[in-house]
Amino acid sequence: MASIEREKPLKPSLRTPPAAAITAIKLLVFLLCLLPALQLLLGWQADTLGANPVETITHASGTWTLRLLLITLAVTPLRRLTGLHWLLRLRRMLGLFAFAWGLAHFATYLWLDQFFDWAAIAADILKRPFITVGFAALVLMLPLALTSNRLAVRRLGGRRWQALHRSTYAIAILGVVHFWWLVKADVLEPAIYALVLAALLGMRAWWRELERRRQLAAAVPQARGNGRVVRIVPK
Amino acid sequence: MLIKRPADISPSEITPRSLFEQRRHFLVGAGGALAGAALWAALPRSGQAASRLPAYAPSPFSTSEEKTPLKAVTTYNNFYEFGTDKSDPAENAGKMSVQPWTVRVEGLAGKPRTFGIEELLQLAPLEERIYRLRCVEGWSMVIPWVGLPLAALLKQVEPLGSAKYVEFVTHYDPAIMLRRPVLSWPYVEGLRLDEAQHPLTLLALGLYGDVLPNQNGAPVRLVVPWKYGFKSAKSIVAIRLVEKQPRTSWNRAAADEYGFYSNVNPEVAHPRWSQATERRIGELRKRPTLMFNGYGEQVAGLYQGMDLKANY
Repeated sequence: MASIEREKPLKPSLRTPPAAAITAIKLLVFLLCLLPALQLLLGWQADTLGANPVETITHASGTWTLRLLLITLAVTPLRRLTGLHWLLRLRRMLGLFAFAWGLAHFATYLWLDQFFDWAAIAADILKRPFITVGFAALVLMLPLALTSNRLAVRRLGGRRWQALHRSTYAIAILGVVHFWWLVKADVLEPAIYALVLAALLGMRAWWRELERRRQLAAAVPQARGNGRVVRIVPK
Repeated sequence: MLIKRPADISPSEITPRSLFEQRRHFLVGAGGALAGAALWAALPRSGQAASRLPAYAPSPFSTSEEKTPLKAVTTYNNFYEFGTDKSDPAENAGKMSVQPWTVRVEGLAGKPRTFGIEELLQLAPLEERIYRLRCVEGWSMVIPWVGLPLAALLKQVEPLGSAKYVEFVTHYDPAIMLRRPVLSWPYVEGLRLDEAQHPLTLLALGLYGDVLPNQNGAPVRLVVPWKYGFKSAKSIVAIRLVEKQPRTSWNRAAADEYGFYSNVNPEVAHPRWSQATERRIGELRKRPTLMFNGYGEQVAGLYQGMDLKANY
């Protein structure tokens, strides 16, 4: 996900770390996103994933998908709250890792859980709502992963690209619903994810509302009387 | 044709493990004779639950399938009072004190009474029953329980003709257990009286030849092998003979998902997942789930003429 705006040059600081520091941070984040996979792989080999290792892998991969989705969605609010605009440069990688973990989650289900029993898999996707929404979330992530390069931004144009990538909100909601619907009785954990997601989306809605009011206030003198609809596209 | 090996040592002759283990104190303690005298004085004569199981006989009801390793049986548990993760009960159930322990058998009974664990152990010859256990979540184990038929206990209290169901109430101590109302506490389960009296229905006091570990429902639990695992209530404190179908905890939580009967049935899906297959713990590929968990020959008669889709 390419940066659309260019930042004004400032003194090198936490707000504008040198390029080498950003590269190092990117590398670190990359390794951190891979670390749980390494843990699962080693755990599988050493047989330390508990009595039901397939379940452990399914849960871990699903949890990391959801966490990375929320972390990806946290980039914009964090930038806005802290002024650390370079955080944006981590967002594409975080989003792609969310997708990769989602794929790993789905692959675990297809392979280790169902052993490619296509009839059972099709029945699950069609008949089990929690699997339906989980699958929908994964399918919706695919176009985002495919358009996560600069070329796609240029081809689509910034505005259309951004509109497409707003489906991340829907994906995250589907992900939390998927989690909520699969637990038997204890919704504490999915409720925590739901709260975090609500906060991340709530902040956006609030800022959008502020922006709308600001634009409205600015647009009132011209808009009044001519009945034209003022199109509002917040940044 | 029940094969019963006579117990060659009576339960009362066996040293309770807690005392057995106290020998260590004896050995390390200074002034051995004095300590020994004190220990002797502290020996309980009766009324205390035994920590070691008396001798038990094999059962023709046992399966010859490969047993699930003890480690898996004792670290992968659903015992929500101690936490809802599978590993929580093994971590937290140690806080529960199971001595002394009594089970009240009450309700519509001619001779209601309270039993200590020692009494339960001597009520009937103990048997080892190696049963399949199928969890409603889609996994299964093969577990060697030690216990006695629940029927033997019920016989003692002489159920009245008006008794139609049996309700099992389990231990709940908010000081050491989950306080969030994930389920309605105390955990309650129930069976129809004829199900409870069925020879397969076991009151288990042991596992793998030893007393039940706390996370598996110490000191006494139910094992109903043809029903989903949650029907087999753990750490039972009361057994009530009642006229009306008991309101069980899981049924209260989600009646459309956890019916009163909850017989293992590959043809009736849980609303959120299929029950056609299961993963035997320790195996990678799933295997087909058997009707009544493979105990149809013994129990299908209980449900003659019943629509098992409606009475899930």
